[in-house]
Amino acid sequence: MATKAKTLSILDPALLGPALIGAFRKLDPRQLVRNPVIFVTEIVAVVVTIMFVRDLLSVPSEAAFSGQIAAWLWFTVLFATFAEAVAEGRGKAQADSLRRTKSQLVAKRLKSGEGMAYDTVPATDLRIGNVVLVEAGDMIPGDGEVVEGVASVNESAITGESAPVIRESGGDRSAVTGGTTVLSDWIKVRISTMPGETFVDRMIALIEGAKRQKTPNEIALSILLSGLTLVFLIAVATLSGLAAYSGTIVGITVLAALFITLIPTTIGGLLSAIGIAGMDRLIRFNVIATSGRAVEAAGDVDTLLLDKTGTITFGNRMATEFLPVPGVSEKDLAEAAQLASLADETPEGRSIVALAKADFDLAERDVIALGGKPIAFSAETRISGVDLGPRSLRKGAVDAILRFAGLAAANAPQAFNAAVEAVARTGGTPLGVADGNRLLGVVHLKDVVKPGIKDRFAELRAMGIKTVMVTGDNPITAAAIASEAGVDTFLAEATPEQKLDYIRTEQKGGRLIAMAGDGTNDAPALAQADVGVAMQTGTQAAREAGNMVDLDSSPTKLIQIVEIGKQILMTRGSLTTFSIANDVAKYFAIIPALFVVTYPQLNALNIMGLTSPRSAILSAIIFNALVIVALIPLALRGVSYKPVGAAALLRRNLLVYGLGGLIVPFIGIKLVDIVVTALHLV
Amino acid sequence: MLQSIRPAIAMTALFTLLLGLAYPLAMTGIGQTAFPAAANGSLIVREGVAVGSALVGQNFSEPRYFWPRPSAAGAGYDGMASSGSNLGPTSQKLKDRTAETVAALRDSGISAPLPADAATASGSGLDPDISPAYARLQVARVAAARALPDDRVAQLVEQSVETPLFGFLGEERVNVLKLNLALDALASSPAN
Amino acid sequence: MTLMGWLQIGLMVAAVALVVKPLGIYMARVFTGERTFLTPVLSPVETLFYGISGVDRKREQGWLGYTFAMLAFAIAGFVTLYLILRFQDLLPLNPQGFAGVAPDLAFNTAVSFVTNTNWQSYAGESTMSNFSQMAGLAVHNFVSGATGIALAMALTRAFMRSGAETVGNFWVDLTRATLYILLPIAILITIAFMALGLPQTLDGSVTVTTLEGAQQTLAIGPIASQEAIKQLGTNGGGFLNANAAHPFENPNIISNFINIFAMLAVGASLVYSFGEMVKNRRQGWAILSVMGILLLTGICFIYWAETYGNPILSSLGLDPSMGNMEGKEVRFGQAATALYAGVTTGVSDGGVNGMHGSFTGLGGLVPMFLIQLGEILPGGVGSGLYGMLVFAVLAVFVAGLMVGRTPELLGKKIEAREMKYAMLAVLVLPLSILGFTALSAVLPFAVSSIGTGGPHGLSEILYAFTSATGNNGSAFGGLSANTPWFNTTLGIAMLLGRFAYVVPVMAIAGSLVTKTKVPASTGTFPTDRPLFVGLLIGIILILGGLQFFPALALGPIVEHFLMLAGQTF
Repeated sequence: MATKAKTLSILDPALLGPALIGAFRKLDPRQLVRNPVIFVTEIVAVVVTIMFVRDLLSVPSEAAFSGQIAAWLWFTVLFATFAEAVAEGRGKAQADSLRRTKSQLVAKRLKSGEGMAYDTVPATDLRIGNVVLVEAGDMIPGDGEVVEGVASVNESAITGESAPVIRESGGDRSAVTGGTTVLSDWIKVRISTMPGETFVDRMIALIEGAKRQKTPNEIALSILLSGLTLVFLIAVATLSGLAAYSGTIVGITVLAALFITLIPTTIGGLLSAIGIAGMDRLIRFNVIATSGRAVEAAGDVDTLLLDKTGTITFGNRMATEFLPVPGVSEKDLAEAAQLASLADETPEGRSIVALAKADFDLAERDVIALGGKPIAFSAETRISGVDLGPRSLRKGAVDAILRFAGLAAANAPQAFNAAVEAVARTGGTPLGVADGNRLLGVVHLKDVVKPGIKDRFAELRAMGIKTVMVTGDNPITAAAIASEAGVDTFLAEATPEQKLDYIRTEQKGGRLIAMAGDGTNDAPALAQADVGVAMQTGTQAAREAGNMVDLDSSPTKLIQIVEIGKQILMTRGSLTTFSIANDVAKYFAIIPALFVVTYPQLNALNIMGLTSPRSAILSAIIFNALVIVALIPLALRGVSYKPVGAAALLRRNLLVYGLGGLIVPFIGIKLVDIVVTALHLV
Repeated sequence: MLQSIRPAIAMTALFTLLLGLAYPLAMTGIGQTAFPAAANGSLIVREGVAVGSALVGQNFSEPRYFWPRPSAAGAGYDGMASSGSNLGPTSQKLKDRTAETVAALRDSGISAPLPADAATASGSGLDPDISPAYARLQVARVAAARALPDDRVAQLVEQSVETPLFGFLGEERVNVLKLNLALDALASSPAN
Repeated sequence: MTLMGWLQIGLMVAAVALVVKPLGIYMARVFTGERTFLTPVLSPVETLFYGISGVDRKREQGWLGYTFAMLAFAIAGFVTLYLILRFQDLLPLNPQGFAGVAPDLAFNTAVSFVTNTNWQSYAGESTMSNFSQMAGLAVHNFVSGATGIALAMALTRAFMRSGAETVGNFWVDLTRATLYILLPIAILITIAFMALGLPQTLDGSVTVTTLEGAQQTLAIGPIASQEAIKQLGTNGGGFLNANAAHPFENPNIISNFINIFAMLAVGASLVYSFGEMVKNRRQGWAILSVMGILLLTGICFIYWAETYGNPILSSLGLDPSMGNMEGKEVRFGQAATALYAGVTTGVSDGGVNGMHGSFTGLGGLVPMFLIQLGEILPGGVGSGLYGMLVFAVLAVFVAGLMVGRTPELLGKKIEAREMKYAMLAVLVLPLSILGFTALSAVLPFAVSSIGTGGPHGLSEILYAFTSATGNNGSAFGGLSANTPWFNTTLGIAMLLGRFAYVVPVMAIAGSLVTKTKVPASTGTFPTDRPLFVGLLIGIILILGGLQFFPALALGPIVEHFLMLAGQTF
């Protein structure tokens, strides 16, 4: 379902129809008052409409002009509400399907903690602490924690990912989400949220933008726009007094037109659409933010805290090299290590087998068939191996191997010790390989950094964001991986408390922190971070502590989240600049038009050479309305973001939206004037 | 706000004493001692009579004197009512007044285009200077009125031209009072 | 326009550029409480002042406390000055025996000097006793300037400090600004002025017998000491009616140079102090560049327009080569007058050495527009800096979003609160200037005060309210402003321009000082580079231009076209 939304384009007819209806519905002043600039435009439109009616009754010859001005003022308002409706449209479709899922939910509420007896009740009757039974084929009725049992669950309704996931009691995989379906087995779930506040409910609310609160930047921007509106109100209102001095009477219709073209209707009309579209973009990346505030904060992030495992490196360490002692060939060592690892089912063991196969084309053999006796790996002995005829092959942690070979570290061959040290120095993990009491060499295990991650970090650095790798490894290992992955710094041997402390220290220095996490022990840090992205696969505690949930559970998502946050801010800034820069041309269109009768010399300011005062005023107001429509796609798509420094970004955007904003309306108004004149509209 | 009342009153009183009395009185003391002439108005005394300030323009209307610029200070060069005309560029009054001045100068025998200072009022109404160009245009009239050779008067004008400091600071100008004093001195000196 | 003219302008730029650093560093030391070479002399005076006033110099104030102290001091000053003016006939040092000043004029004048405006509805030589000039007006020339500096320092501290509560102690800043900065420099300038010919006496007038035998009475008085602080504190209120066009206030090109230099020195150096105090000198230079570029552009524009002259007068037979000389002094000519006019309105001085009201349409537009930009080039002592910082806050906000971050200025996030107060401050100028102008333009008894009809009359009214609201003090002098209507409304405009502006600015300081400084990164919008300089210039011009373009079009702009067409009123 989330994937389906991706395919809906901005101008999909399925969305345009409802958007048009929505645009008219949003004309309700009680709704519109949230957007001061457009609200003011609506009031002015009403006033001019009244002037039009008056003209119609008293001086019908004037009515054609005031009628057109009134019409274009209404269009201006409608274009703005339409932009918002279009932005909301995509989310609405998504929310509707979620809501359908929700309405079908019923729960098997257990009568007591023990046993399987239950009542069937609608999901809306569930309360926090109720325990419900969910069996194969049932939909989980609400958010909660698995308290008993294990089941495979299809979460595609939320994540769009069809592969089932395992949910079980205890540990980091205990959280379940209402609206997902149990495919096999059964679980008992303790409900942890009230109906109406579940994850699905929050998602619906967010997607619909119903509870969309203005973000801090949006509020600040609204203040700027309202302030500018007031400034222009003063400039225009006083103009009638100034004009009266020179004996010019300026009509209300014309003053209204001047006022509306000057106030920042472009950004005012598109402001909320930008925010909604940004959230929507996030949802298409399969990230649900609990507030717009968090998305915006993502744009401000200074420091990214990334878990090493799974984010920077593949989940497991892998064998990368065989380091034999003198007298043993590399191939012999590889063979011995492979044989010794066949009984080791851990990913590390598998990687040794795979490396031997890749490097020396040594096929996996069945040691039992060969008459060997496999020694399985255990966490206690930290050794695995095989006794094969006279050979007693072992591989394992260096100290364990030395103990097996009956050697003290000091007595080990120098080459062996040197290899162990060399591996440790680079941050790898050395594994010893022995045949009885003979040491054969060392296998180099290391964390393998994901391909391409270094480039991502370079981009982040260019964006001015510091990356911090968090790992439980010792500092040497951590440093080696950090330098290989290109992170700026690392936090080694990190405990949850240290993570939390680190975040607090950075925040004290004024920095904004983002982190991703999934475990329950990540929860405090997620809550403390300014942007905490919890993995959908994570625990309920983590999901509640964070202010975003990544449905794909991919920690690198943080980078995209930051980009989306920045894009929202950039789009607002660019359109604000564009909007303000536009006013210059509008003055040159309207001011000479207003006073050219009193002072014919002022026609010198009519540098666009507009046909007549009336065509100039009408052209300005038409351009002003059309530019909103023209910019809807940009508002929804967002200004493109490139990970370069702020200075370069600013230069580009200033050139495009600042300079462009100065020049475009001169051309646009002139073109509209040509059309207006050709059609004899005035 | 309440705890600000005492400092507000005390500071006002202290600053009035220091800046309103001590400072100007001390400066007056220094001025009267170190620069007595300047401190009292840079007066020019001829034969025991203060005839004017070297810095301030005064009215001349007789043909035998060089004339200063038109003045908007009182009835003209009123030292107690310094002022410009404050007429705007599109003022009919300004146009009329300028036309009148131009006509009077034409009557006095000047036919060349007039330097702008000749027919415009200065900012203070007490401008002590005129442009050398305007002075030169008056030479013939003054010489005739005093029955002096033109070149003698012209020479005096050239001697009176003050040049810009270091060649670029300020404008070329002629102090009318000083020129007229020199003219009077010339007339009474036996060498002539 | 001549090479000599350009050299004069260039020399001034060089002189100011040279003084900015040493004076800026000195002032930064004064306001961070470090020792300076004057400390041994002035420290006892300071201690005495605090002792008598009951000020604990170690106790700092939050923004509200600081603002209240500033307001209390302004009220005390206003009341004192009002009483001195009203009862000057009963006070000493009144050699000409002037009567007490009328209530509306006393109100207007007291407001005018307390707000650092120095709008003068009166002619000094025929209204004010020496006592009123010295103990009344000159005191405020010092302390209103010092108040501006103090406020600017409070805002500077808001950028310096991280997560703090207080912005300084107003009484300490006021005292230090006066004792360590204004007074010593004023003494030096007074001595230079006296050497150059400015009178300094307690006499009221001197009478001479002219060569033609007439009596000429010349107004004199303690002019040099007053002129020094009038320029240094960017006050501009002349001792004499013709202000710095009067030969006794400004006798020659050197005194003229010192006049202009004194207007610029402290204001420009404070910007350097700002950079020094926030530990980012580049930021100081960046702001100075903005000021310099805009101011020089304005000066060149005036120079060009005035040199072009008035075709109406040329048509009567005047040689156009000297340019428009109406209202100008021969000793200053076009270049030095344009320089003075640009600087006096770029800063919040308002002294003039040529009559702005007699400038050509475009030549008169520039001084008016420079005030309307908020007098930030470099502006009144202190007030220019905080005015410019408000613009910087706006510029950073509008454009800063374009780099995809919450806008920051010097590590302080600019958010809703700052925007709210910045917009409140920005609204003051158009509200007062355009509101009062429009009102006056339709009231017959107000319109009857104008001197020249047609668009120039509207310009006169517009200039008056621009000057009053901007706390400038210069005028299109054709307007007879000494009427109850103008004395009262201009007084209100001055109060709005100073206090309705300053209170939100202090609120910004109060909000910023509590914020944690965010360290800069490559993702931070750099505010100390040429790009920002260009951006800030653009924002200043566009915001200023958009507010006042309609009014300017109906005043000076149309007058320019009418002048070219030869139309008079």
